[in-house]
Amino acid sequence: MDFQLPHVDFRVMAPELFLFAWALVVITFDLGTKRRSGSATGYVALLGLVITGVILSITPEGAGFGAMFYNDAGSLFFKVIFLGAAFMAIGSSFGIMERKIQHHRGEFLGLILLSTVGMMFLASSNELLSLYIGLELTTIPLFVCAAFFKDNRLSVEAGIKYLIVGAMSSALLLYGISFLYGLSGTTDLLQMRVNIATTHLTFREIGLLPMLSVVLLVAGLGFKLALPPFHQWAPDVYEGAPTPVAAFLSVGSKAAGLVAFAKIMINGLQVFYEDIMAPNDWGLLVGILAGAAMVWGNVAAVRQTNIKRMLAFSSIAQAGYIMIGMLALNDIGLSSVSFYMFTYLFANMGAFAIVAIFEDKTGSTQIKSYSGLARTSPFYAASMSVFMLSLAGIPPLAGFFAKYYVFAAAIKMAGSNEIHQWLYWLVGVGLITSVFALYYYANVIKTMYFTPDESPYKLPLSLPGSAVVLIGLVGVILFGLMPGPVMDFASAIPAAFGLIAP
Amino acid sequence: MLSSLIFIPLAGMLLVMMLPKNAKWAIRWTSVAVSIPPLVISFWLTWQFFVNHASSAAMAFVEGPYDWIPLLNVQYYLGADGISIPLLALTGLLSTISLLASFGIDKRVKEYFAFFLLLEAGMMGVFVALDFFLFYIFWEVMLVPMYFLIGVWGGPRKEYAAIKFFLYTLFGSIFMLVSILILYFTAEPHTLNMMELIQSGSTLPHTLQLVCFAFFFIAFAIKVPVWPFHTWLPDAHVEAPTAVSVILAGVLLKMGTYGMLRISWPMFPEAVRYFSFWIALLGVIAIIYGALVSMAQKDLKKLVAYSSVSHMGYCMLALGAVTSVQAITGCMFQMISHGLITGALFLLVGVLYDRAHTREIAVFGGLGSKLPVYSGIMVFFSMASLGLPGMSGFVSEFMIFVGSFAALNKVMVGIAVLGVVLGAAYMLRMVQNVFLGEFNLSKWGGLTEINFRELVTVVPLMVFTLWIGLYPKPLNELMQATLEHLVTLMAR
Repeated sequence: MDFQLPHVDFRVMAPELFLFAWALVVITFDLGTKRRSGSATGYVALLGLVITGVILSITPEGAGFGAMFYNDAGSLFFKVIFLGAAFMAIGSSFGIMERKIQHHRGEFLGLILLSTVGMMFLASSNELLSLYIGLELTTIPLFVCAAFFKDNRLSVEAGIKYLIVGAMSSALLLYGISFLYGLSGTTDLLQMRVNIATTHLTFREIGLLPMLSVVLLVAGLGFKLALPPFHQWAPDVYEGAPTPVAAFLSVGSKAAGLVAFAKIMINGLQVFYEDIMAPNDWGLLVGILAGAAMVWGNVAAVRQTNIKRMLAFSSIAQAGYIMIGMLALNDIGLSSVSFYMFTYLFANMGAFAIVAIFEDKTGSTQIKSYSGLARTSPFYAASMSVFMLSLAGIPPLAGFFAKYYVFAAAIKMAGSNEIHQWLYWLVGVGLITSVFALYYYANVIKTMYFTPDESPYKLPLSLPGSAVVLIGLVGVILFGLMPGPVMDFASAIPAAFGLIAP
Repeated sequence: MLSSLIFIPLAGMLLVMMLPKNAKWAIRWTSVAVSIPPLVISFWLTWQFFVNHASSAAMAFVEGPYDWIPLLNVQYYLGADGISIPLLALTGLLSTISLLASFGIDKRVKEYFAFFLLLEAGMMGVFVALDFFLFYIFWEVMLVPMYFLIGVWGGPRKEYAAIKFFLYTLFGSIFMLVSILILYFTAEPHTLNMMELIQSGSTLPHTLQLVCFAFFFIAFAIKVPVWPFHTWLPDAHVEAPTAVSVILAGVLLKMGTYGMLRISWPMFPEAVRYFSFWIALLGVIAIIYGALVSMAQKDLKKLVAYSSVSHMGYCMLALGAVTSVQAITGCMFQMISHGLITGALFLLVGVLYDRAHTREIAVFGGLGSKLPVYSGIMVFFSMASLGLPGMSGFVSEFMIFVGSFAALNKVMVGIAVLGVVLGAAYMLRMVQNVFLGEFNLSKWGGLTEINFRELVTVVPLMVFTLWIGLYPKPLNELMQATLEHLVTLMAR
C-alpha cells in the first residue's frame, strides 16, 4: 500500500497558528518587562484576538491536513463565538489583574489565549483524535486559570475539582472513542459515517457495544456541558474560579463542548438516528439529560444567594435549552443551537462582566449586596436587567429569538415523524421551566431596583470593563431587533454537517 | 399611520431618558406632550374608519407585510378593523389621562415616565399587530415596564404583586407560544400571518384545534382574568400606583378579550362551539364570584378590583354566545365601557387616597357634605358601574343579556342577571358608607376638593360614558361590519 502524505495547507489553520504564537508573545512580553507591563499586557492580548478575527475573516474554507482539519460555515461561526468569549473574558479581567494577580498577568492571559486556540482547533477538526486533542488543549489551561488565586481556598478547590472532573470526563470520552474506532475502523468522522451506514444492520446484532460507546460519549461530553447528573462540579468551580474565568467557562468551554458533541454525535453517528436504531436512540437518552438540566438547573438557581452560583445553575439550565435544538437534528436544529450560543455569548459574558466589576469594587458576590444599585450605577443596573431579561427569554431581546428558534426546530421535528414526538415533551419541560427561570432572573432586577435605599457602592465606568458590558448590551439588543443576518449565517451550518432539509 | 402609534411613545421614552434627572416638571410635561400625538392620531383614525371603512370587515390602514426575519417568516404587518379601532382610541385616551394622573409621583420620576411610555408603545402594538410573532413580542414587551411600575412605585407588598403578575402572565404566554408554533408548522405554506391563519385554522383536525384553542385560552384567560386565573389581579391592582391601575384595568384586561376576538374565536370556530357552554359558565362564575367578593371588601381599591373580575365576566358570557352578533357587540361595548368606568373609579380612589392616605371604606362617612364635586363624580361612576340606564354600562350589559339569552342556556343567563343586582348592592353600600351619613370633622376636616388637573383626567371619561350610554349608535356602526363578519367566520 502506498503511503500518501495528506494534503497540507497551512493557510486554513492561519488564525490558530497566529493566536498560538501570540499567546507566547503575551507571556514573553510580561516577562520581558519584568512584570511591570501594567495593563498593557491585557491590551496586547486583546489586540491579538482582534488580529486573529481579521485573519479568520480572510481564511479560505476547505480542508487543511487531509480530512483532519476542515474549515466550514460551522467552524467559522463557532470560532467567532470563541474569540468573542475570550475578548470579553479578558476585557473583564483587568480588575483582578490590577489587584490580585499583578505578578502573573502574562501567564493568565496566555493560558486563556491557549485555551481559545484549543477551542478553535476543535471547531475545525473532523477527526476523533485531533478533536480530543483540541478538547484537552481547551480544558487544561482552564484548570490552571480556575485555581489562579492560589492563596484563596475556594479558588484552589475549584481548580482541583475541575481538574479531577475534567480528567475523568476525558477518560470516559476517550474510552467511548476507542469503541467507535473498533466498530468502524476509522477515526475520521465522515468516513465513520459511511462505514457505520454500511454495517449498521450488523450493529443491531451486537447491540451492547455501540450502546456502551454512546453512553460513554454522552457521559464524557455531559461532564463538559454540565448536564445533570454530571453537573455537580459547575457551581463550585464557577464560585471559586476568578469571575472572568467562570464567564469564559460558561460560554467558551460550553460552546466547545457543543461543537464536540455535534461533531461526534451528528457528524459521525448520524445513522444512529434513523429508524433502524430508533429504540436505543441516543437522542432520547440525551433528551432526558437535557430535561433534567432544565428542571434541576432552574429549580436550584432559585435558591442561590451567590450570584456566581446562580449563574452557574442558570448556565446548566441554558445548556438544557440548547440541547433541545441539538436533538431536533433537522435542517434548522443546528443553526438554532449556533444562534442560541451566539446570543448567550453576549448576555452571559455581559452579566459576568458586571459581576466581575462589582466584585472588584466591593469584594462581594452576594445577590443581596446588589441592593439599590439602580440608584448609584444606573448604567450597570440597566445593563444587568437587560442581560437577565435576555437570559429569561423576554422579547425583543436576543435571548428570546434564540429560545424561539430552538423550540421551533424541535416542534418542527416532532411534527414530522411519530418517533420524534417525545420532543413535544421536551419543549413542554423547557417552556414550563422558563417560568421558574424568570423568577430568579427577575430577583436580581428586583434587588437592584425595588429597594428605596441607595446602594453604598458606586461602580466606576472604566475602559475595558464598561466596554465589555456595552458590547454585551449592544449585542443583546441589536441581535434581538435584527436577528436576520446572523440567523442567515447560522442557517448554512446544518448543511456543513450533512443535515439538509428533507 | 399605525406605526406612529407605536413609535412616537418609543421615541418619547428615549427623549425622556435624555432629560436631566432632577427636571421633574419637564419630564412630566414632556411625557404628556408625547402621548398627545398618539391620542390625536388614534381618534383621527377612528373618525377616518367611521367615515370610510366602517361598512366593510376588511383591515384598514394596513402597513406591510414587510419581511423582518425572513428565515422565520416573521413579518412587520399592521392593520386595524372594527375590533381594534375603538380599543386604540381607548388606549390613547387612557394613556394621556394616566400620565396626567401620575404627576403625584415624586421619586424616580424619569424612570417612571420612561417605563410608562414603553408600556403605551407595547399596548398600541398589541392592538395593531397582524403577525403572530409581532403580536407576541408586543404582548411580552408590556410585561417588563409593568413589572417595574408595580415593583418600584407600588404599595407595601409591591415586590410580591409585581413578580406574581409577571410570572402569571408569562405562564400564560408560553402556552400561546407553543400554539403559535404548532399553527405555524401545520399551515402550508408556513406562515405567521394572522389573516391567513384565520383562513386555514378552521381546517385543523378536531383534536389539534381543541388543544391549540385551550392553549390560547389559558394565555388570554389569565389576562382577562377569568375565574379561576384571577388571583394576580387584586394583588397587582392594590399595590400598583393609581395610574398603573387605570392602565391595568382599562387596557391590559381588554387584551385578553381582544386576543379571543382577534385570534381564538375566528381561528378555532369548531373548538369555540365545543367549549361555548363552559366559556359562558366561567363567565357566570366570574360575575357572581366577583360581585360577592366585592361585597366583602373593606378596601376601596380592592372593591373596584374585584368588580373588574365581575364585569369582565360579562364579556366571557357574551363570548360564550358564539352565534349572536348582539352578544359579541355587547362584549365590545362592555370592554370599552369597563375601560372608561373602572379607569375613572381607580382615578377617583387615587384622588381620595392621595389626600386621606387610606382606602378603608369604614373610616370614611359623609364625604358628600365636605367634597360635593368629588362625591358627585364618584357617585356618577358608581351608578355607571352598576349599570344605570343612560350610561355605557347599561347598554353593554343589556346587549349581552339579550344576545346570550337567545343563544345560551336560559337558567345560566338568568343567574348571570343576578350579578347586576349584586353589583348594585356592593356599589351602593360603598356609596352609603363613604359619602353619606355622619361626617367626621375632626378627622377628615382637612380634606381638600378634587383639583383642576384631577378633574381634567376624569371629565373626558364622564363625557364618553354618557355619550355611549345615551347614543350608542356611532360606536355600534363602527364595529358592526367587523363583528358580523366575525360571527360568519365562527359559523364555519
